[in-house]
Amino acid sequence: MYVAVKGGEQAIRNAHALLADKRRGDRDVPAITTTQIDEQLALAVDRVMSESSLYDRRIAALAIKQARGDMIEAIFLVRAYRTTLPRFGFCEPFDTGAMALRRRISATFKDLPGGQVLGPTFDYTHRLIDFELDAGTEVPTAPTASAPPPGSSPRVTDLIARDDLIERETTAPHDAPVSDITRDAPSFPSPRDARLQTLARGDEGFLLGLAYSTQRGYGRNHPFVGEIRFGEVEAELFVEELGFAVPLGEVAVTECQMVTQFTGGDGRPARFTRGYGLAFGQSERKAMSMALVDRALRAEDYSEERKGPAQDEEFVLSHCDNVQATGFVEHLKLPHYVDFQAELALLRRLRREGEAKAEAAE
Amino acid sequence: MTKDQASDCGPDARRRALGLLARATVDELAGPLARFWPDVTPRELRPADTGLVMLRGRAGGDGAPFNLGEATVSRAVVELPTGERGFGHLLGRDVEQARRIAALDALWQRDGDCALLEAHVLGPIAKRLTAAIAKHAAETAATRVEFFTLVRGEDAA
Amino acid sequence: MSLAAFADPVFESQAAFRAVLRAMSSPGAVMSLGAGVTPPAPLRPAAAAVLLALCDFETPLWLSPAYAGSEVGAWLKFHTGATVAKEPAGAAFALIDLARDPLDLAAFAQGTAAYPDRSTTIIGEVEGLATAPGLRLIGPGVNGEARLAVSPLPPQFAESWRINNEGFPLGIDMVFAAPGAVAALPRTTRILGIV
Repeated sequence: MYVAVKGGEQAIRNAHALLADKRRGDRDVPAITTTQIDEQLALAVDRVMSESSLYDRRIAALAIKQARGDMIEAIFLVRAYRTTLPRFGFCEPFDTGAMALRRRISATFKDLPGGQVLGPTFDYTHRLIDFELDAGTEVPTAPTASAPPPGSSPRVTDLIARDDLIERETTAPHDAPVSDITRDAPSFPSPRDARLQTLARGDEGFLLGLAYSTQRGYGRNHPFVGEIRFGEVEAELFVEELGFAVPLGEVAVTECQMVTQFTGGDGRPARFTRGYGLAFGQSERKAMSMALVDRALRAEDYSEERKGPAQDEEFVLSHCDNVQATGFVEHLKLPHYVDFQAELALLRRLRREGEAKAEAAE
Repeated sequence: MTKDQASDCGPDARRRALGLLARATVDELAGPLARFWPDVTPRELRPADTGLVMLRGRAGGDGAPFNLGEATVSRAVVELPTGERGFGHLLGRDVEQARRIAALDALWQRDGDCALLEAHVLGPIAKRLTAAIAKHAAETAATRVEFFTLVRGEDAA
Repeated sequence: MSLAAFADPVFESQAAFRAVLRAMSSPGAVMSLGAGVTPPAPLRPAAAAVLLALCDFETPLWLSPAYAGSEVGAWLKFHTGATVAKEPAGAAFALIDLARDPLDLAAFAQGTAAYPDRSTTIIGEVEGLATAPGLRLIGPGVNGEARLAVSPLPPQFAESWRINNEGFPLGIDMVFAAPGAVAALPRTTRILGIV
């Protein structure tokens, strides 16, 4: 039971002022700018955009500054900001096949049309702390090489599908309704489009743990990275007055195709199965985790028994949203004074009754 | 040179123009507007505003669509005294830039102005974007792995 | 399409929303609304203000025959994004000229058991609204009994509304819009009689 309490306005005002003071910190140290955050902490900005479900780099950067680097606090700020804007419409689905690639790798085939292109990755660094960075040494510009013509990198899943060895995605008629968890309350079982929308904004840490659990045996995936691609895709909005889809600009996304355990039976030939992840920015770990969890949740499609937590739809989808999660966890800080008094009184009474019984027994 | 001669007048040409305008910097639009069309004041048919569009992916990359998350977008609709109606849309929260795009879209539809626009607005944007795309592609291409197989002792013998 | 909608969408749509909210929560109250909006004929400012505030691209709007052949549908589509619903049962909102077109509450979406709110909200244009002898209203939000004069009142309205009440929690909520004013009947309001 929540108690309506009054008082504390002055304490709250002072707390906000103290917070602003601590956020700014030592005045002799230059203030951090949102441009610096956007440019130099770009992956933090990518995470905030993904999990707040709003693609706007400057808003995400400002939220990170305002939240003093607390990422879930920043995500909360951006989610709140999102509610102040009206929705104009839905964009055409991205054609990730036409992505302007910045990175493209596959763990399934060494030689691919378009090749293995590493892009700006941490993968091969030695994970040694770089003290040069702290010294502010100037960074040279990146090396260049001649680029292939566009369209040289077809999807790996299409290459495997040529021999019908991997399941195809089901398509839908052009104007079929698309689930929207921001409009309709979730219900279980949840259709795949709603699951993907939920996972896309899910907490990276939570999904990473679940993905890891599927590899450790809590689920029967045997996954391979079919392809990871990162780069820019065009956002287009159909404008009725114009009669065509208007380009709005570029959106950076990371896409992961997991190729997983093959299955067949009931007369169907054995084929590789798939998991899919898509995230804003260069959010590779998130896209990979999302793909593994997507696959785990598709247990029905492959007649798999749901044994591990990552296969439990209600468990995964109800707990992966970090704003929802922190809302309930942090609400515990609200006054529960009367509640607790009731507990205390009950406990004391039980103790008295227990002691009385013990005395009587002697 | 009329609009017909400068480029075709179909939706594809207009779409291409709008795509370039959506990626323009403020200077690439404000500069030419001030220089070539300083007295043009289009009427706003609906107050320019910022809102959201829902971005969509496809399951598996090519399957059924799903809602991925929203993006901020700004838009404007203007009309010139000569009757042309222009539409401006771009990602982000810059409403003034949306107005500039709408004004230029309206001007693009006017014979005589179209060629000027191609030369002084669309051309420079396209040139900058081509160079940027080439630079990114070249940087990316340098990270392409060149595998070479090592000949083993037994095979070489 | 060039006729003026809200000059300041934020404040004016807030004001329109609050007027409808007040009208719904205190059935019988007549709230003023509509100044500064110039819709195409035959739509009038108060109804236009309500639709501009409440409609968007996700709310299909059904128009009664009096509006067919006019610029009203196109104007609302341009300013709100709302598409015209082909069938009354598929509409989130309906605009009806109560002086010229019939009112058939049953033809519209009534909501569902899981989502009773997904019924059609009807905006009926009338000539006059007043806190005066007319409908005798009781129910939630009404202190005792309220009087609302609606002119013209659709034929057999009290009977149609009684049937609507019986469908609770499903049912239609109505907004009446006269020149410069709005009033509302949520589905929980009952009509005792006509004075």
